[in-house]
Amino acid sequence: MADGTTPHAIPPNGAPAAPPARGHGAPPPSGAGPRPAAGAEGRAAEGEAAVAATMTGFARTLRAAGVAADHERTRNLLLALRHVDAADPGQVYWAGRLTLCAGPDDLPRYDRCFAAYFGGERPRPSRRAPTTITITRHTVSPDSAEGRDDDSGEAVPATATRAEVLRHRDVARLTAAERAEVNRMLALLRARREQRRSRRYVPARAGRLDVRRTTRETLRRGGETARLYRRARRERPRRVVLIVDVSGSMAAYADTLLRFAHALVRREPRATEVFSAGTRLTRVTAELRHRDPDTAMRLVSAAVPDWSGGTRLGDELKAFLDRRSGARGAVVVIASDGWERGDPALLGRQMARLSRLARRVVWVNPHKGRDGYQPLTGGMRAALPHVDSFVAGHSLAAFEELAERLAHA
Amino acid sequence: MAELLDARAYLADPGLATACFLALKMGRPLFLEGEAGVGKTELAKTLAAVLGAPLIRLQCYEGLDAAQALYDWDFPRQLLHLKAAEATGATDAARLEGELYDRRFLIARPLLKALETRPSVLLVDEVDRADDEFEAFLLEVLSDFTISIPELGTISAPTPPVVVVTSNRTRDVHDALKRRCLYHWLEHPPFDREVAILLRRLPACTEALATQVARAAGRLRDAGLVKPPGVAETLDWAEALLTLGARDLDPDLAATTLGAVLKYREDQEAVLQNGLLRHG
Repeated sequence: MADGTTPHAIPPNGAPAAPPARGHGAPPPSGAGPRPAAGAEGRAAEGEAAVAATMTGFARTLRAAGVAADHERTRNLLLALRHVDAADPGQVYWAGRLTLCAGPDDLPRYDRCFAAYFGGERPRPSRRAPTTITITRHTVSPDSAEGRDDDSGEAVPATATRAEVLRHRDVARLTAAERAEVNRMLALLRARREQRRSRRYVPARAGRLDVRRTTRETLRRGGETARLYRRARRERPRRVVLIVDVSGSMAAYADTLLRFAHALVRREPRATEVFSAGTRLTRVTAELRHRDPDTAMRLVSAAVPDWSGGTRLGDELKAFLDRRSGARGAVVVIASDGWERGDPALLGRQMARLSRLARRVVWVNPHKGRDGYQPLTGGMRAALPHVDSFVAGHSLAAFEELAERLAHA
Repeated sequence: MAELLDARAYLADPGLATACFLALKMGRPLFLEGEAGVGKTELAKTLAAVLGAPLIRLQCYEGLDAAQALYDWDFPRQLLHLKAAEATGATDAARLEGELYDRRFLIARPLLKALETRPSVLLVDEVDRADDEFEAFLLEVLSDFTISIPELGTISAPTPPVVVVTSNRTRDVHDALKRRCLYHWLEHPPFDREVAILLRRLPACTEALATQVARAAGRLRDAGLVKPPGVAETLDWAEALLTLGARDLDPDLAATTLGAVLKYREDQEAVLQNGLLRHG
């Protein structure tokens, strides 16, 4: 809740339930309907059961709206309601918000659900419904008929050459079968990761003296120091943040880039963040965690609201840096052609800010692979002074090279 | 609850007051998230003052481990004890071992100290700065308020301490930890509350100055800066102005004291160019 005001009042006699989550299975519990106050005094047990039923239905509504209001949280809410006045909408609102929400993203959803569930307000239609399948042309299943036919050829060296040729082909100009083959090879990409020294120590053969272990061992041996133990810094994979431009001018490459992102996420799920950038920034890391590339792509295409629109990379970078999504110390990879609709000066400023925070900034431009390419677009020119390496990203070979760059410091 | 906090010069909105009330009643940790400088740490200090309990603070950082957060054995003293026992010719090995792992050789770090002190307020500050490993054992301590020490047994708190966990949201804290807690997202206060906070915290501040400072701070927050000022910065700013003897916020004075409220050079330049400080 942005302004911290009290929410809608609950009608005294309980408005009929308006379950905002259609198609989520069971409706809110039958019986008394959403009436948080119903008989909370007097017949205490009955009242408590009614409150429990109401709140479980509310939690279910929240879950359907994308808030992780699980069973333990629902139980916490019921515990909390024992301490507040369950007939006071304001107190019920806060008790629910404190126990059921887990982040600022949940708060607007919670407010909507609360108003709908307890206020009898009609839920607004889901805004995601119309934008689900806009990129079907990008998703080709790997076992399409044409690809299989060619694979049955007997000459093994020829296949290898074909793969070699395919590696250097621009992915925007592939046939469906070739694209499927490239996708398959991308899925097999072994994306190793550059290591960083963490602040934690692990036992090691050489390194600093581990005083704790040595004295502990000394005590065990009755005060005789038999051996010196040592410790060294543990190595952890360095975080990579990938921002993929999914605007119209990048449409031919966005799918391949996201598949590359999928390969990175699958290799280091805890040390990779992926965002899609178009007119707004969307975090798609969770969607890409799915092991199967095609399922992951399907989830991503459902999650991204702005396929094939324009790019406002300056604003999006600002949003990314403002919410402090972990650019500090990470390798930040931006995949875009630099066709900036917004103010290039803003993009330049944000890139400067990014380059101060990030360990390295890599810009991937698919057009760089073409002969005679010059970075002439306004956005590209503004960004380049703050980029550590500027690489091509048009073919499988270019992606392999990029993966290799991420594997070494 | 809000009145109790108010008495210690902390103005809480109904949500935060409910959060504190429920945290105390349910014995649950309070997980506070929000921009830097909205008063997360301050709340823990105020809670400690309200309850008359000592505040035990654990500042998190990457690599924080059990030896620094839970407990540690005082190895040098243990060794001394061993040598002393040898010198006097003690031979009872079992007794000696029991003595070695005695409570007096155990150094209590913040989490253990909070369990042993009652009542107490435990502040786990900026938990997002610690790493996953730390979250794991913090979760263990916060779920049943016990610490098991292999050599000594389990230490549990008869009455759990009041726990406040804060995060600046530089990364997502694991859901299991949040689930144990009451979650509250702190916002920048609305205009009139900020005026009230300024007046409450700085008795020397006139209402005119407080109004102008709060209004300017609100404008700065909307200006899309790298680091929008929090309440802490607003308070610093008002204090700086008061120190300079300002009666109201004129643009020149505002410009010279800008360092109290904006901590990035880009932000200061942007604000001075846009003339955001005019008509203070």
